[in-house]
Amino acid sequence: MSVEWYLVVSALVFSIGASGILVKRNPLVILLCLELMLNAGTLALVAFARAHGNQEGQIFALIVMVVAACEVAVGLGLIVAIYRRRLPIDVDELRELQG
Amino acid sequence: MAEVFFFLASIGAIAGALGTVTIRNPFYCVLALVCHLLSLAALFLLLRAEFLAAAQVIVYVGAVMVLYLFVVAYIGGEDDPLRSPGAPGLRWASALFAGALFVELSIAVLGTGLTALGEEGAGFSPVFGTPSEIGRLLLTEFLLAFEVASILLLVAAVGSVILARRRTGLETAGEISVGDLMRRPLESGTDSDEEAGTLLEAGGPPQR
Repeated sequence: MSVEWYLVVSALVFSIGASGILVKRNPLVILLCLELMLNAGTLALVAFARAHGNQEGQIFALIVMVVAACEVAVGLGLIVAIYRRRLPIDVDELRELQG
Repeated sequence: MAEVFFFLASIGAIAGALGTVTIRNPFYCVLALVCHLLSLAALFLLLRAEFLAAAQVIVYVGAVMVLYLFVVAYIGGEDDPLRSPGAPGLRWASALFAGALFVELSIAVLGTGLTALGEEGAGFSPVFGTPSEIGRLLLTEFLLAFEVASILLLVAAVGSVILARRRTGLETAGEISVGDLMRRPLESGTDSDEEAGTLLEAGGPPQR
């Protein structure tokens, strides 16, 4: 398979994730859609690494994975804190994030 | 053969992504994302990124998605409302935006003059993408990125523990100490440590 196919799949997944972030109101699902977009970027990095026969793109993809894990940990902590304070889990109603 | 696997995996990935966006129950959203991530790991294998595929399955599907499932179970994932009030056209606008984004990205990818993209890919050594090669790169050329990533993970772990702490919430986050984290939560004034210890030793039921 030529590398272009992988890039097109990556672009499709990226746009699906972007539309999900625009549509969804539950912050948990918005985090999931963010994961989709990050994974699309990872796929593109790996595809370019394959195209150039160079493993450095895979290192970048690994670092993207680490950053995504950090983002998930902090985001889920925030959501749990919001839930404990009996605030609505809805990004339309959460307009300010001050302590 | 590679074509068959590519189409199977990419159909799985796109279906998982669509499921994540369209399903309304957050629990099933997470499961659709798991399907997406597994298909993506298959795509990584097709691209000769063996270590990355293994890390994807273990880290994402094994750890991160389980964390998501726990949080969804904890906060009781409610279904999204059918239609957001006051913005009926927003859904169509976002779908339109996503379509435009896809077309634009495709034009950018397919319209480049990079002839290497139309081919199978450059030649590679037999150890391309294996754990030993990735580990060698991480410990020699990308040592700084490796160490910064570990610091980032530590900061995120501590931050999420502080954010999701049980009692005090966000107000006293500035004054927290390690002893504060270790201390037992004060539930009721009558239940002291000694009583709990004797109750546990006697095997009796905890009385509240």
